[in-house]
Amino acid sequence: MFSRDAWNEIFETIRKNKLRTFLSGFTVALGILIFVTLFGFGNGLINTFNKFFNEDATNVFYFFPGKTTMPYKGYKSNRQIEFDNTDIADIQKDFPMFLEYISPRISRSNLIRYQAESNNYTTHGVAPSHQFAEKTVIMKGRYLNLKDMKEKSKHVVIGRLVEQDLFGSRNSLGKYVDIGGSAFKVIGVFQDEGGDREERFVYMPYTTRQLIEKNTDKINMIVIGFKPEIGYAGAMAFESNLKKFLKGKKFIHPDDESGFFIRNVADQLEKNQQFTGVLKLIVAFVAIGTIIAGIIGISNIMVFVVKERTKELGIRKALGATPGNVISTILLESVFITTISGFVGMLIGILLLRSLDDRLEDFFITNPYIDTGTAVIATLMLVLFGSIAGYVPASKAARIKPIVALRDE
Amino acid sequence: MIEIKDLHKSYTMGSNVLHVLKGINFKAEDGELVAIMGSSGSGKSTLLNILGMLDEADSGEYTLDGVPIRDLTETKAAKYRNKFLGFVFQSFNLINYKNALENVALPLYYQRMPRKERHDKAMKYLEQVGLKEWAHHLPSELSGGQKQRVAIARAMAAEPKLLLADEPTGALDSTTSYEVMDLIQKINDAGNTILVVTHEEDIAHMCKRIIHLRDGVIVKDEKVEQVRASAYV
Ligand SMILES: Nc1ncnc2c1ncn2[C@@H]1O[C@H](COP(=O)(O)OP(=O)(O)O)[C@@H](O)[C@H]1O
Ligand SMILES: [Mg+2]
Repeated sequence: MFSRDAWNEIFETIRKNKLRTFLSGFTVALGILIFVTLFGFGNGLINTFNKFFNEDATNVFYFFPGKTTMPYKGYKSNRQIEFDNTDIADIQKDFPMFLEYISPRISRSNLIRYQAESNNYTTHGVAPSHQFAEKTVIMKGRYLNLKDMKEKSKHVVIGRLVEQDLFGSRNSLGKYVDIGGSAFKVIGVFQDEGGDREERFVYMPYTTRQLIEKNTDKINMIVIGFKPEIGYAGAMAFESNLKKFLKGKKFIHPDDESGFFIRNVADQLEKNQQFTGVLKLIVAFVAIGTIIAGIIGISNIMVFVVKERTKELGIRKALGATPGNVISTILLESVFITTISGFVGMLIGILLLRSLDDRLEDFFITNPYIDTGTAVIATLMLVLFGSIAGYVPASKAARIKPIVALRDE
Repeated sequence: MIEIKDLHKSYTMGSNVLHVLKGINFKAEDGELVAIMGSSGSGKSTLLNILGMLDEADSGEYTLDGVPIRDLTETKAAKYRNKFLGFVFQSFNLINYKNALENVALPLYYQRMPRKERHDKAMKYLEQVGLKEWAHHLPSELSGGQKQRVAIARAMAAEPKLLLADEPTGALDSTTSYEVMDLIQKINDAGNTILVVTHEEDIAHMCKRIIHLRDGVIVKDEKVEQVRASAYV
């Protein structure tokens, strides 16, 4: 059945029935091409989504102070909660198992001037570890360090766009900018995946910020990075322990959720992953639909092919073809054509996706791709189910009495 | 060579039962050239198809070259057809996308003969029917007589014990018909057993024996003086 001679016979048939070959080959190639493209686009959508929402580190909590809504332990309600340096120290002391890093953040809007250029920017007073939370990437110079914190130095790290605004094409490193009447030395320039807004931030030591503001020890916000290895459940436990701790320390009623707020990136990550999951499901659904359509397409072609060949098969039977010969004649031809054209379609699809790269970013499709495994499996599925679908008309044809087949016109 | 006893065949169409063969008995020896005659619809093709295992009888016995033919599976029938039988049809039944040589070689393919050998043999038989030069032409490029000669070459290539021809000249003009009959006579001269279905008197008389079929039975079985087709070509 799989002898060289059988294949020769099949190649000959394929060569001499170009329309039929083209028809089934085209259907399969197109089916796989559409599958690969759709699947790639789906992955591109997911890429875009991930890029929008996951540009910051995902193992981070942000704590914001709020106002109480319940009286508690002699405190009236509607009391403004504030964080200060002792909170940072306490959390560091109490949660070493969970904590990877912690940084205060004191955000202000400042007019920043360099020579004739000036502009309003958001400045963040932060600790060195803040770099990890924002995934700040230093382009030149350096980030803030512990020495800056201790010495309350007037150093700033400025965003790429801040440098562009104020310095144009000149180098800002080592230059002094004026922030609210004090001169700060630029020690670093950064870029951030987060986009233009985040590249117009200016970072300075939080200690310096506190010094400027009458040596206060108050903090706007606490940024906490937890160890990724504690996982989602660990992060949840950490969050509730932190809550309990801060409520106790700040005399907030245990049921009062307004004393402070938490933005939990892990939580958001979970939601993002759910959304990505739904996207993947939709893509898979559409893709499987394409494959099924392809299979139906081949089955129809197979029915047509067998019908067209009924008389020929009758002649072959009269000359001694067994039912097995008939089935293998039809199936091997179909498997051969579907395999070749399937892989051709797959290759075209993959090349198409590659050549698109990020050209479709305006349509929210970034780096569309399909992993080769998925593409190969889909192609093999189509071949497999295509031949199963082809088997039905083939075996039917094999069972037709030769005399009936010969009468067919 | 062939022996059939009390062969019956009927076709059912809806509630109608058409009894086509109503008990056929006959014998043919090695090397005979038998014409089966009868008017259209008398069951000639039906009989030939049963002899050719392209169709099955309802009842009766059939022995081919000493082998009782019964309880045939499709696969077994295919093997027997391939080994014992050659067919020539009125409508030629060549495969239209295969050239003359490939058509002739096809039964040899089903005998699992190696490609080279197959082609040599096919070429030899094409030469015998005088179509060596046409080996690489498609059927559509051949005349009716040429097509039938290719079909005869194909039937003979497998070296069957029995050649069955159903109105081999039915689609041909008389000159071409005689050419084809000349070929059949020569094949018979070489010792092959042949059954020819025809409704034409002149063709029947080019055989050595005529069986007359009417209303599903054999009404007459006569030996005749063979008219040589070569006299007319
Ligand atoms: N498959 C079939 N189904 C029903 N009737 C058939 C079938 N084949 C042949 N017949 C009928 O059987 C009769 C004999 O047919 P056939 O053997 O072809 O006759 P002949 O070859 O002598 O002209 C005809 O009446 C024909 O209509
Ligand atoms: Mg007939």
